[in-house]
Amino acid sequence: MATAKPGTGDQGLWPKIKWPLAALALVLLFNGLFTAGFFQVEIKDGRLYGSLIDVLNRAAPVMLLSLGMTLVIATGGVDLSVGAVMAIAGAIAALAIKSGQPLMVVLALSLGSAVLAGAWNGLLVCVLEVQPIVATLILMVSGRGIAQLLTQGQIITFSNRSFEFIGRGTFLELPFTITLVAGVLASLAWLTRKTALGLFIEASGNNETAARYSGVHTRLIKLLVYAVSGFCAGLSGLIVAGDIKAADSNNAGLWLELDAILAVVVGGSSLAGGRCYLLSSVAGAILIQTVTTTILRRGAAVEFTLVIKALVIVVVCLLQSEAFRNKVFPARRKEAT
Amino acid sequence: MKLRIADKHIPIAATCAVCLVLYGVASVIYRGFFSANVLVNFLTDNSFLGITAIGMTFVILSGGIDLSVGAVVGFSSILIATLVQKAHLHPAVAITIALALGTLLGLGMGALIRFYSMPPFLVTLAGMFLARGMGFVVGLESIPIDHSFYKALTQVRLPLGPAVDLPATALIFLAVFGIAVFVAHCTRFGRNVYALGGNEQSAVLMGLPVGGTKLRVYALSGFCSALAGVVYTLYTFSGNPIAGTGLELDAIAAVVIGGTLLSGGIGYVAGTLAGVLIFGIIQTWITFEGTLSSWWTKIAIGALLLFFILLQKLVQGKRPG
Amino acid sequence: MNGRQLDLDQLLQVRGLSKSFPGVRALSSVDLTVRRGEIHALMGENGAGKSTLIKVLTGVYSRDEGEVTLDGRAIDARSPLEAQSLGISTVYQEVNLIPHLSLAENICLGRQPVRWGAIDWGLIRKRAATALARLDLSLDVNRPLSSFSIAIQQMAAIARALDISAKLLILDEPTSSLDSKEVAQLFAVMRKLKSEGMGILFVTHFLDQVYQISERITVLRNGQLVGEYESSQLPRLQLIARMMGKQVEELDAIGHNAATRAPVAPKAAFIQTRGLNRRGGVEKLDLEVRAGEVVGLAGLLGSGRTETARLLFGVDRADGGEVRCEGKLVSLRTPRQAIGHRFGFCAEDRKNEGIIPDLSVRENIVLALQASKGWLRGLSRTKQDELANHYIKALNIATSDAEKSIKFLSGGNQQKAILARWLASQPRFLILDEPTRGIDVGAKFEIEKLMASLASQGMAILFISSELEEVVRASHRVVVLRDRAKVGEMAGSGISEAAIMRTIAGTEPKQNAPAAPGL
Repeated sequence: MATAKPGTGDQGLWPKIKWPLAALALVLLFNGLFTAGFFQVEIKDGRLYGSLIDVLNRAAPVMLLSLGMTLVIATGGVDLSVGAVMAIAGAIAALAIKSGQPLMVVLALSLGSAVLAGAWNGLLVCVLEVQPIVATLILMVSGRGIAQLLTQGQIITFSNRSFEFIGRGTFLELPFTITLVAGVLASLAWLTRKTALGLFIEASGNNETAARYSGVHTRLIKLLVYAVSGFCAGLSGLIVAGDIKAADSNNAGLWLELDAILAVVVGGSSLAGGRCYLLSSVAGAILIQTVTTTILRRGAAVEFTLVIKALVIVVVCLLQSEAFRNKVFPARRKEAT
Repeated sequence: MKLRIADKHIPIAATCAVCLVLYGVASVIYRGFFSANVLVNFLTDNSFLGITAIGMTFVILSGGIDLSVGAVVGFSSILIATLVQKAHLHPAVAITIALALGTLLGLGMGALIRFYSMPPFLVTLAGMFLARGMGFVVGLESIPIDHSFYKALTQVRLPLGPAVDLPATALIFLAVFGIAVFVAHCTRFGRNVYALGGNEQSAVLMGLPVGGTKLRVYALSGFCSALAGVVYTLYTFSGNPIAGTGLELDAIAAVVIGGTLLSGGIGYVAGTLAGVLIFGIIQTWITFEGTLSSWWTKIAIGALLLFFILLQKLVQGKRPG
Repeated sequence: MNGRQLDLDQLLQVRGLSKSFPGVRALSSVDLTVRRGEIHALMGENGAGKSTLIKVLTGVYSRDEGEVTLDGRAIDARSPLEAQSLGISTVYQEVNLIPHLSLAENICLGRQPVRWGAIDWGLIRKRAATALARLDLSLDVNRPLSSFSIAIQQMAAIARALDISAKLLILDEPTSSLDSKEVAQLFAVMRKLKSEGMGILFVTHFLDQVYQISERITVLRNGQLVGEYESSQLPRLQLIARMMGKQVEELDAIGHNAATRAPVAPKAAFIQTRGLNRRGGVEKLDLEVRAGEVVGLAGLLGSGRTETARLLFGVDRADGGEVRCEGKLVSLRTPRQAIGHRFGFCAEDRKNEGIIPDLSVRENIVLALQASKGWLRGLSRTKQDELANHYIKALNIATSDAEKSIKFLSGGNQQKAILARWLASQPRFLILDEPTRGIDVGAKFEIEKLMASLASQGMAILFISSELEEVVRASHRVVVLRDRAKVGEMAGSGISEAAIMRTIAGTEPKQNAPAAPGL
């Protein structure tokens, strides 16, 4: 797994994360200079408030999605269904709460379904060998329909303090959502760095044939990452539901999969698969949210977010494109293998 | 007698079968389903989906994908509305500008894909964000169109029977369909698209103009999306920046259900028409049913997608490796 | 024949052709002549430059130096389209046509006749039928190409060449996937075209076929021209010697004979195959490797050596036959199963089947060992560093740092790292497919010594190499393959380069008896 070791040039987290961090620094600087009170933080009722906290809180769902998405992309795939899975998880949670289930059961049912949805995607990709875009597209389309079916198109509101804690609670003076993200990030980082999973995932994505010949169970690995992506989507859906105290199947997670993919790409993981950078994807998600918040705070229209996102994608992809790099920076040539 | 169907025809044969079966069952269950009016409505209500899907068919046949189509529909519609209502340009001029811009965007995306080998998924995703954003820049809300030219266009109808006629939107759809079938089967460009999607490496070695074909295919898709935006304005007499949201997914679904392989090289434009009709049938069925709600469309489309993709896999598996 | 007539006969003349890529000189001042109405074979072992030459002629690559003259005119094709319009058509080993389109369309694709703005399908069908008729074929041109056998698909590619009015037809390894009947069909077509004055350049590695069909042979080696010969004047043994860069008489005279090791005492084989076969792979192979033994697998390019290795490691599935490990039947349907039996496989194509390019040298080295341990029992970082550094030193892998991406290493060092990967997993049976390719001489000896020491510790080793000296030096026994079948086996002092070459040529009288030194 990518480790930050000084003096090793091409390896490590820093070469990748420095870009989103630099962009983030620029945006923060802009805000510091031009937006009054952006960095102001105050404590009320044992909880921190301020634009910075706000950004992190709002970014939490996409941060979670991007964690699962990073692993999926590392195997050379993509998961378009995460938004729909968010909606499904929220719907199931709402229904379970309304029927009086205890918290543990609510969590088990909703997160369990999300993992199953992910495993379904994994099955299509690994066993039936359907292209990832196509396989997850199916769930993206029908999943939202299923979520809407579950809630009968209504927004189901509920009241359950312990559940709402997920989306609105405070832990150590920070929103609980941040704790959740940190927790998932830490777990996945441990799984990928302290066990061999990270190595297997990256090998499977970078050269599946060579990995397979080396004895890596590439199929199982791929199935696993889709299940993890499903879990992240489920948890993300619970945050959203807990936050608004309702399950809104029409809007929960709408288009968030694209933001998640964008965060991963900005974070430096290649869409083709291979090396992946969990922390960098999170930085990318924070960057996207900060840009959105900045634009809104400035009173400018929402549409600029979209145009900027478009520009970011193009620039990042151009930089990743070898053909482009060779034209613009012709001096650098790798030696032939 | 055993009916021999070539492997590659199985998907589209299945599509047509599903289409007929669905229609047949619906006609039996609901009185009034089997009527000329309903059939005409299939075409009219889905004309902009259909035109978009036809452009998408060419892109997918070539082995690519275009996620920007829905956004271009929205952008074109609000652009036309704004130009006509605010800048007081004649609709014909506004339409021409919209078509030109849509084609230009497509060409731009095609250039990035062709010259820098950037992945179509990401490039057209950027195109989608750009077009949607530009749509909001032009206008934030829906603008109704009130112009004599438009009123005149609604008078353009093809009478089919005593109480039935095809309105302009359906006519445009059918015209585009007819031209597309011709292009796909009777022009070198169309055959090059099939070759490119069938095996890009072979196409290069056979001396085919692969790069030029890629550029043209995305320009074509951009044009079709813009045209779909024009048809949208005709259909709703307004322009709306959020029009077409999610349309790209419906278009892809229609194309896949219509028997075109997402990997490229196999498929028919006629199949896409069948796919769009299936969309129409399902939506009308749900309306007729009354008790069923719109999300069943999504679930049904998802299930159909799954079925057809599995079918495609099955057919592909039979061919010698 | 006067000189002028000789000139008129010449269809294609290549003089002094050179082509380099970063770090490698693929072609060095190569000459080639193909006459009208001639079938000319182009032969050479790995790295000879055959495919580069073909790609230059067909416009895929541009040349650095040299001239190409076709039909008296100097040409310089810059694209496949240009080469085609000049009259050069190529049929590749993987039929490069579009499978789902019809036979007729494939033949005319890119040059369809257009009438009033629309493609004239009727005319296309006619043209296709005409082109096929020239090959004495009558087929349903409306069927999709993929519904025909590979042999027919190749005919279609040739028919396309005729439709383009090709003057020179290049056939690049056309017979690799054909059975004997289909080969005969293809040859009948080639003879017909030859009689009509077409020049045919036939690239192949099947010895029998070369002598069956071609008039002249051009041999390349390491990017240079070895010579042009008349087929009828060049005995097989000489051809093989030219391709491998050896002089048989010299070898005999010097007595590069006896392998320095005695054969391992016959005991139960560790690995044993009976009748192992696969279509397009090998025919009914019986092979044995004992523990503590190095078995060399020798043969020309394309003789089935790598195919054998792939079958033994579960990469390809056998159509028939059985494999036993320590006497028990084993199923080898996937690499994981093979690894489960403690096999290891260092593949020939390191770029696609060996290195994980973006991962570090350390990660590449520990991968197989880690995979065998499962995901939970991760090797600690210290242990990994230990392993990596151990092998970097042992195999002299030139890298400043084990954390560098393996893609930045030179080919030879990448090869060593992959070798290290398998050594680290401590297999009981190790298959090495061209492990010394691209490695400097000093390192080659290191690897040979390593093989010997591993064998002495009880490992069974199958060693595939195109370098005969290596095979001779390193093996206890040698199995010889030709054209996908086993043609001989030798052991102990019977192993010599000359003997191997003779066995390949088929001129060796007694295959299994040790040859007397100096013969």
